[in-house]
Formats: sequence, structure tokens, C-alpha cells
Amino acid sequence: MASVVSIQNLTKTYGNGFEALKGIDLEIEEGEILALLGPNGAGKTTLISIVCGLVNPSGGKVLVGGYDVVRDFRQTRAMIGLVPQELTTDMFETVWNTVSFSRGVHGKKPNPELVESVLKDLSLWAKKDNMLRELSGGMKRRVLIAKALAHEPQILFLDEPTAGVDVNLRREMWQVVERLRENGVTIILTTHYIEEAEEIADRVGVINGGKLLLIEEKTALMKKLGRKQLRLELAEPLKILPDSLSPYNLTLSEDGAALLHEYKGEEGDGSIASLLSMLQAENIHFRDLSTRQSSLEDIFVALVGEQA
Amino acid sequence: MNVEAIKSIYFFEMARMRRTLLQSVISPVITTSLYFIVFGTAIGSRIQSIEGVSYGSFITPGLIMLTLLTQCIGNGSIGIYFPKFTGTIYEILSAPVAMTEILIGYVGAAASKGLIIGLIILATASFFVDISIAHPFVMAVFLVLTAVTFSLFGFIIGIWAKNFEQLNIVPMLVVPPLTFLGGSFYSIDMLPPFWQAVSHFNPVLYLVSGFRWSFYEIADVNPLLSLGMVGLFLAICLSILGWIFHTGYRLRS
Ligand SMILES: Nc1ncnc2c1ncn2[C@@H]1O[C@H](COP(=O)(O)OP(=O)(O)OP(=O)(O)O)[C@@H](O)[C@H]1O
Ligand SMILES: [Mg+2]
Repeated sequence: MASVVSIQNLTKTYGNGFEALKGIDLEIEEGEILALLGPNGAGKTTLISIVCGLVNPSGGKVLVGGYDVVRDFRQTRAMIGLVPQELTTDMFETVWNTVSFSRGVHGKKPNPELVESVLKDLSLWAKKDNMLRELSGGMKRRVLIAKALAHEPQILFLDEPTAGVDVNLRREMWQVVERLRENGVTIILTTHYIEEAEEIADRVGVINGGKLLLIEEKTALMKKLGRKQLRLELAEPLKILPDSLSPYNLTLSEDGAALLHEYKGEEGDGSIASLLSMLQAENIHFRDLSTRQSSLEDIFVALVGEQA
Repeated sequence: MNVEAIKSIYFFEMARMRRTLLQSVISPVITTSLYFIVFGTAIGSRIQSIEGVSYGSFITPGLIMLTLLTQCIGNGSIGIYFPKFTGTIYEILSAPVAMTEILIGYVGAAASKGLIIGLIILATASFFVDISIAHPFVMAVFLVLTAVTFSLFGFIIGIWAKNFEQLNIVPMLVVPPLTFLGGSFYSIDMLPPFWQAVSHFNPVLYLVSGFRWSFYEIADVNPLLSLGMVGLFLAICLSILGWIFHTGYRLRS
């Protein structure tokens, strides 16, 4: 697949001398959903802001659809829709006007049918004539999404779209995202909720301290970095581990009633099969077994912790 | 040229004016009517006419200029300051529009509002005093140039201002003294020679004088010089804006 956003050695030093991005390289593929994870202050918003034209890059370059975001800003910005992290709204405007304005300011001719369908998709139709200050926080968030979709972007940036959003709206939002993806829209979102990335992203990137620590297909990432744990509940407690079991990465639980075996997801069954036969040889019996796979959250915490 | 975007910004701003009709139109009309009642009718009737023009008629061009300046600076600055303040400016900055197009939209709307209000004041004035316009075309040129120039000036203030206090400081503290001392209510011939000389450093003098000339063919300075000064001020504003857009000053970090 062709990459629709190409970020090359991008750096950003703010006016106060703070280095927010320290050389980011990232290729975003057409039609994918990419989740960017990272702690507060990692540089996620800065990265997005440069791609969207809100912040000037200090070094490196960004191409969107092959165009440079600084030089060919008309082409690149026309392709991009942005839902910002902060809830910023024209308090005294109506939903209809503010969404129509977004379309116009992106250079598109008025299209009331399209605005109508966007508002309906986001369950805002009933509120179309309300002023924004009359809406709840979650509804304002929807209005921001509607504004970002009003000019039919090919690339959508969602900067923490689910902050302060209830379960219903979150589900609705993912339905909209899913529909957009079916229409070929590339979606980049940042989030602190790792389950979210796990649920909907194709690829996951982890940013910390202005650096991209990793970018990986979600399933491959889980396989590669996700550790698995096998837990065997023993029929009879053990006091010590027999020497013959030392090659296996084993620990005995405190009360001696369970054996814990850690292995990497991708190593898989090989070690387990031989472990089990060794146990049999040692005449150690177990009455139950369970496995647990570490989540993206564990991976994330481990990665960010490692760096700190 | 992103014409759709310019149109969107322009009409968005004009719609804001319709919403705030009371404040935008009615209050300057009431204020100037008070000026006409006090200075034009009450006190004016006891002041002798200036170069053959009755006092009430004499002050009309200056009052229109005063309103035009205040309105254009106010509208031009709030138009860009408000989205900066609320954060909604992100949308304009991430849209495929050049800064010049943003400028045309905002300044065009601010100047239009100023012009509409200026014309309303002119109409109001005609209820109180006799008005004749010797050179309508020149008058229109002065009106439009002044409206555009001071809307640009307002736009600069709106970008520069970091809070509402800074936003208001120029329209509240700088414009009234310049207008009052710029010959809106008197001919500078009436001043002692020293203050006459000082007045020539006041840009508003040239505006008022030239504008008044288009009405009654009386002027404190040569009307061509007036026109030149408006042009000079326009050029200064445009150069400052050129620098702002080039550097992204207070807009893009
Ligand atoms: N305009 C600015 N001037 C100076 N420093 C800034 C500016 N904007 C952001 N920063 C700094 O750059 C760093 C990255 O900020 P950024 O907003 O990109 O983080 P983030 O990953 O989006 O964090 P969060 O998850 O909290 O939204 C932070 O340390 C922040 O303080
Ligand atoms: Mg952020």
C-alpha cells in the first residue's frame, strides 16, 4: 500500500527552546487506522499540528499525498480533516452554520445534503438550529467531528476524540470511523485509552519524549512484545523446583501451589509441550492450567518505563 | 485563490454583525445623534459658521470619520481576536487558505460594516443639519480607503493583542484624542501656531480634512496630500501584515 502521509526526520523546537519532536520518521498508509499512544507531553499533538499546518516544523519534512505541507499547503490541507484535542467552539453559532462554515473555508461549494447526512450520522440533526453553547460537552465533541468531515477529507486526524465521551457516543464514534474506513479514509488517532487502540487500530505507534519508540502492526506487536504466562495449579504444593526444570523460565508461587511459566508470544507451544512432558517425568501433577496474554497496556507501560 | 473560503469568512462575519445589530449599528447612531443635538443644534446655533458652513454641517464629516475609525478598528480587531481567544482559529489555520485570503475575508467584512454604519450616520446627520456633497466620488474614495486601512490596522491589533485589555487600548485610548485633536470639531486655523504645527503630525487630521473637502470644498490641508497620507498609512499597515504573515507572528508557533 502507498503511504499517504510521509514524515521524514521531523523536528520541532518551540519558541521557548523546548524540543518537542526529536526526529520523527513515520509512513502512514492509505486507508489504515493508526493509533498513536504516548503519555502527556509526548509530542502527539505537536506532530499532528505540524501535519495539519497549525505549527511550523523546525526541521525535516512532511508529505501528504506527495505534496509538501509547507509549500503545497493548499493541496495537503484540502485532504485533511482535523478534530482537535481541545473543545473549541463558536459559542454563539448554530450547529448548522458552524459545520457549513467548515466546508466553505476548505474551499468546497455549499452542499446542504452532505452537511445534513454528516449531522445525521453523528446524531446531531435534532440540534442543528441550536447554538453551540446550548450543547453538552459530548455533543460539542460531535460537532467538532462533523466540522472535520464537512469537506469530505481523505485523511482524518482525531486528537484524543474520546476524552470525556460516554460509552454510547464512543461506540457511535467508532461506527463512524468504521464507515469512513470503508470509504477509504485514512484515520490517525491519539488516545490514552489503550483498549481503544487495541480495539480499532490496524497499527499502533508509541511516542515518548518527542521520539517514535515503535510503530507496528497491532497483531504483530502483541505477538512480538506481548508476553504470555502459563499458570499451572499443582495437585500437591512443591517446596523447591527440581533442577531438571531450571531451563524453563519458571517460578514457584509463594505458597508453592502454582507454577508460573513466562514465555514470549511468538515462541509459542514448543517450550510448553516439552515443559509439560518434563513435569510428567518428574511426576508433578497439576489440577488446572490457564494462560494470560499481556495487553497493549502492559507493552506500553513497559516501553515507556524502559525509556524513563 | 480560494474564493469559497473568502466568501465563507466574509459572510460568517457579516452574520455576526446581524446578531449583534443593537450594539453594532444602533449604539453609534445614538451616540452621533447626541453629538448633533449637543454640538450641532444646541451649542452650534451659537457658534458662527466656519468658512461659510454652519457649525453643525461642518462637524458632520469629522463625526462620520470618528465613527468609521472606531468601528473599523473595533470590528477588524475583534474579528480575528475572538477566534484566537476561543481557539476556533485552528480551523482557519488548518484550512487550505493563504493568509491574504483570511485577511480579505475579515478585513472586507470589517470595512463593509464600517461603511454601512458610516452611511447610516450620514443619513442620520441629514435629519439634523444641511448637508451637501460637492464631490461624491472623492467622498466615496475617502470612505472606502479609510475603512479598509483602519480595518487592516484593527486586524493587526487583533493579532497582536494577548488579552481584551490590549485589544481595547488602541480604540479607547488612542483614537478619540487623535480624532478630537484632528480637527473634527474645528478648523486648525483656530489654533495657535504651535498647536497647528503639532496637528500636522496627527494622521487623523488628513483624513478629516480631505473628507470634509469632498463635502464643502474647505480643507486644512491640500486634499491630494490627504489622499497621499491615507495611501501611506495603508502601505504601512500592509507592510506590517506582510511581516506578520511571513513570520507567523502570534498565529503559528
Ligand atoms: N506552544 C508551545 N510552546 C512551548 N512548548 C509547547 C507548546 N506546545 C506544546 N509544548 C510542549 O511540547 C511538549 C509536547 O506537547 P504535545 O501537546 O505535543 O503533547 P501530547 O503528546 O499531545 O500530550 P497530551 O497527551 O497531554 O495531549 C510538551 O512538553 C508541551 O509542554
Ligand atoms: Mg495532545
